[in-house]
Amino acid sequence: MTTAAASRSLSSAVVSARARRGWGDRLFRGLARGAALSLILLVTAMIIGMAGAAMPSFRAFGWRFLYTSTWDPVAETFGALPFVYGTLVSSLLALVIAVPLGLGAAIFLAELAPVWIRPPITFLVELVAAVPSVVFGLWGIFVLAPWLRNWVQPALGASLGFLPLFQGPPYGVGMLAAGIILAIMIVPFITAVSREVLLAVPNTQREAALGLGATRWETTRIAVLRYGKSGLIGAVLLGLGRALGETMAVTMVIGNRPEVAISLFAPGYTMASVIANEFTEATSDLYLGALIEIGLLLFAVTVIVNALARLLVWSVGGAVKQVRE
Amino acid sequence: MSALTAGSALAVVLPLILLFGFLLHQGASAVNVDFFTRLPKPVGEAGGGMANAIVGSLILIALAGALGLPLGILGGVYLTESRDRRLPWLIRFVADVLNGVPSIVIGIFAYTVVVLPMRRFSALAGGVALAVIMLPIVLRTTEEMMRLVPASLREAALALGLPEWKVILRVVLPTARAGIITGVMVAIARVAGETAPLLFTAFGNRFWHQRLDQPIAALPLQIFAYAIAPYDDWHRQAWAGALVLIALVFLVSLAARIATRGRYSAVR
Repeated sequence: MTTAAASRSLSSAVVSARARRGWGDRLFRGLARGAALSLILLVTAMIIGMAGAAMPSFRAFGWRFLYTSTWDPVAETFGALPFVYGTLVSSLLALVIAVPLGLGAAIFLAELAPVWIRPPITFLVELVAAVPSVVFGLWGIFVLAPWLRNWVQPALGASLGFLPLFQGPPYGVGMLAAGIILAIMIVPFITAVSREVLLAVPNTQREAALGLGATRWETTRIAVLRYGKSGLIGAVLLGLGRALGETMAVTMVIGNRPEVAISLFAPGYTMASVIANEFTEATSDLYLGALIEIGLLLFAVTVIVNALARLLVWSVGGAVKQVRE
Repeated sequence: MSALTAGSALAVVLPLILLFGFLLHQGASAVNVDFFTRLPKPVGEAGGGMANAIVGSLILIALAGALGLPLGILGGVYLTESRDRRLPWLIRFVADVLNGVPSIVIGIFAYTVVVLPMRRFSALAGGVALAVIMLPIVLRTTEEMMRLVPASLREAALALGLPEWKVILRVVLPTARAGIITGVMVAIARVAGETAPLLFTAFGNRFWHQRLDQPIAALPLQIFAYAIAPYDDWHRQAWAGALVLIALVFLVSLAARIATRGRYSAVR
């Protein structure tokens, strides 16, 4: 028998074997593919369903919805500006507090800490991320807000009271409390993702800097942080995405007053918390539509922020994979 | 600089210690047998418990698991096994983005697809909302864990003449089991504490639930309702509920951690 004939008979055996078991593989592949595609279907349904339900509000107010600040369910006049403002300010405040802490902790855990201490602290950071939002909210109402009212806000008012940010009566609950609780909640995400980005930086980077005589801190700053910069920005954006959509804890401490106020001591309102508070009370299609339009806006913003963040984080990981391969 | 970064690491975990201390201090006294076996009492009557909420949370998690786990695991299988180049990338991306969508938005989604057609709040709607939250987490961890199974194992099974689907079901999935279970537990820990998507889907219930198409109580919802109410009795119950919830979440997280200790750290 020639080799050509042998290989022909072998391949025909393979083909017939494939034909015999083909239906099982095809069925299984179809199922798996269907499960994966259901995810895309789900997101599409989400957009269409919410857009449909938000239509009455969009028809009635158009783009005015985004920059007017009257929120009057009785008169059925809705403008989302106070909520957009509250979401942005509370999230920015949270970032101002959380970014330095999160990056610092990530550098500690990935670069500087003694090796034996890294796993337990990493685990604790993961546990902070696992604490349910409503538990943070409970703690915010009964511990954080009174502490801010009695100690922090009077002190801030006395020392920095000339700034419009720190004026007005200390209620405890308000924008400042929301920013702090958000910072506590997003800092573990920023820490965990930044740590992974730093660990993905190839060792050759560190060795090169150390070889040139850099100290450990200089190595971290020049070789590691600069290399991982886009990934670290991605980590911060992931934290921002969390902060924008965080609902329960913020609802419980922000004070829920739909006004645009400069002072951080004043109560505010966010997009997520107005949905949480008023959704079950919305009786008319227009009212419900206005709330769902806020939800749609929140969806769009978080999708953009998260997509950007993912691409940035993947860019560091991807570069590393190419180096290894 | 070392000290500064150590300080920030401490600042990140300090709230956890403060929070846990306060929970133990305030809640431990109200966690007793009644808490786990009784229904909530009306305002002004001391005692009572959250039995209905605890059972409700378990039912909601089971519903979410029944809907979300098969889809998530099968989708994860697709991501590892597919030879297509573009679609898996897109699905991975959509999963990661969906994972970042605020849970309250997912609640609105469940409201539009389940509550509006059924014309009432229901356990089913809550289960759907939680399933959507679980799906991307399970999908991505299943994928990552299946990738860790050595190719030689797959090749050996295929060389024995097993069809691909049997190789996956009988060889690859069992090998990756511990890792996949970890993903499942991480997802359960996440949805167990979710409140926002349940506000207008499961809605809450002060009594035992009757059927799956009726509103149902959940532990996080009950904590929220008690926390914003002006009664001291209810605040105590809220602290106790929070203590039970956080203990549940931590135990599940810890179990997930232990299940994959050796393998997981080896990957990193």
